[in-house]
Amino acid sequence: MIWNEKAECMSENDKEALQLERLQMAVKRAYESVPYYKKRFDELGVKPDDIKTLKDIEKLPFTTKDDLRDAYPFGMFAVPRKEIVEVHTSSGTTGKPTVSGYTRGDLEIWGEVMARGLCMFGVTDDDIIQNTHGYGLFTGGFGVHYGAQKMGATVIPISTGQTKRQIEIMQDFGTSVMIFTPSYGLYLAEEIEEEGIDTKTVGLKAIGFGAEMWTEEMRQEIQKRFNAPAYNIYGLTEVIGPGVGLECSEREGLHISEDHFYPEIIDSDTHDVLPDGEKGELVLTTLTREGTPLIRFRTKDVTKLTRGKCGCGRTLVKMDRVTGRTDDMMKIRGVSVFPSQIEKALLRIDEVEPHYQIIVTRPHLMDEVEVQVEASESLFSDEIKELVGIREKIEDYIHSEIGLRVKVTLVEPKTLPRSEGKAVRVIDKRKL
Amino acid sequence: MKVKQLSIFLENRKGRMRKALDVLEKGGVNIRALSIADTSDFGILRLIVPEPDKTKKLLEDNNFLVKVGEVIAVRMSDRPGGLGEILGILDDSDINLEYLYAFVEEKENGAIVLLHPENIDDGIKALQDGGAEVILAKDIYGL
Ligand SMILES: [Zn+2]
Repeated sequence: MIWNEKAECMSENDKEALQLERLQMAVKRAYESVPYYKKRFDELGVKPDDIKTLKDIEKLPFTTKDDLRDAYPFGMFAVPRKEIVEVHTSSGTTGKPTVSGYTRGDLEIWGEVMARGLCMFGVTDDDIIQNTHGYGLFTGGFGVHYGAQKMGATVIPISTGQTKRQIEIMQDFGTSVMIFTPSYGLYLAEEIEEEGIDTKTVGLKAIGFGAEMWTEEMRQEIQKRFNAPAYNIYGLTEVIGPGVGLECSEREGLHISEDHFYPEIIDSDTHDVLPDGEKGELVLTTLTREGTPLIRFRTKDVTKLTRGKCGCGRTLVKMDRVTGRTDDMMKIRGVSVFPSQIEKALLRIDEVEPHYQIIVTRPHLMDEVEVQVEASESLFSDEIKELVGIREKIEDYIHSEIGLRVKVTLVEPKTLPRSEGKAVRVIDKRKL
Repeated sequence: MKVKQLSIFLENRKGRMRKALDVLEKGGVNIRALSIADTSDFGILRLIVPEPDKTKKLLEDNNFLVKVGEVIAVRMSDRPGGLGEILGILDDSDINLEYLYAFVEEKENGAIVLLHPENIDDGIKALQDGGAEVILAKDIYGL
């Protein structure tokens, strides 16, 4: 089933024509209504009229999260505040959050793109969707909610937590679709099993994933536990929220609703636009947002784009599952390495993710990487040769994951630093 | 017949061994025997103590990674070649030894060797059949 065949199966020509028309309007609106854009455009000497082809977007300045933060609270609104009917914020690790303002039209778009996604998951107006994403300033809960409403499905806005209640409602209400973060999903599965209920009998039809990074192994595990396919949801509050990219039945990448969002991939160092198929930082321009239009927003998410007609029939471009953040990306001997790749290797050794830290040095001319891994009950053996074997095995797994040899050191439990919230995973001692 | 042994994971970092021994001393643990195996990165401290489970908990409470394993204790005759005889028995029975360590027993004026073959049960059987004096766990803990 395709929600909006006209929009999702356009020919490349029609799509580009529509995108250009919308881009020109979006740029004009941003320039005329948001002082920030006017200032940036003027500094670069570009005018909205300079956009004659889609490629001309490359003449425009990038917008970063910091730029949005500087405009806190309402500096990025392109319409009078009165026309904004809802706001969401995205928290940063430091300082003020960024604010996204939605007009009625924006909420309509949000519901539309998310409904397309639910349709990709096989959801219909007959389904009961249990939405465990949080309802609040964060966009997680509302995106799915608006999509479900648009579609006409029954939505249970249960939000996160209250696991016992979640399980009770799943059974009593006959939930057919679950929306959760992968880690909450795994936790839920465990709790369900703990109560002596076979997760497979819950009878789910589909699962929607989002809001955090996960590995393919995690997806397999969740699919197995719930005996239902799990689909990826991608989005950012700044852009609109969940619904920017959604996975179809092929489960090989996420379709971006290109009639509303224009994606580019750039090299985050040189800022050059990269061709399709190359990995880099995703940059998004909103083509139809009214409240807070974004021009070339740097997402810091690393992915690649694939074009062509998909097995599901859609022609919308596909992005890969996000596997890293440019913030976390390390260039080691010229190779891009992400902590998530190291994590993936570690997960192959042990079921629970061990604490680890990556230390990058450059003792001579070559980069050296040491991965310190906290030994755990399951990693520790009474014999030296087995411990050395485990260490070598981790080194081999990391090698096959990143293509580089690293040195693995086993360290005592609870000796690696833990910070509140995000763990310090990488220590770069190189003087670059 | 099997003697419980504690194995403690130690990072090869200054002061870690000392820290472990301090914890044991403060906890009033009487160490019967001790050995250390190490590489350039890490080491394993192996201990025989009177109350292995209690001591394991004590160490874990102090953030050490501890495993309880088993070894065989054999009394060595107090004359040259005593250890060779024991190893000979295992060798003849095709039993692979992973490691061993020994300590002197003051009362009897002899020495006791602690052995960790690949298979503990096979090891015990072979040693007993070969005439070695395998010591009971309680006798070791109580020394
Ligand atoms: Zn598709």
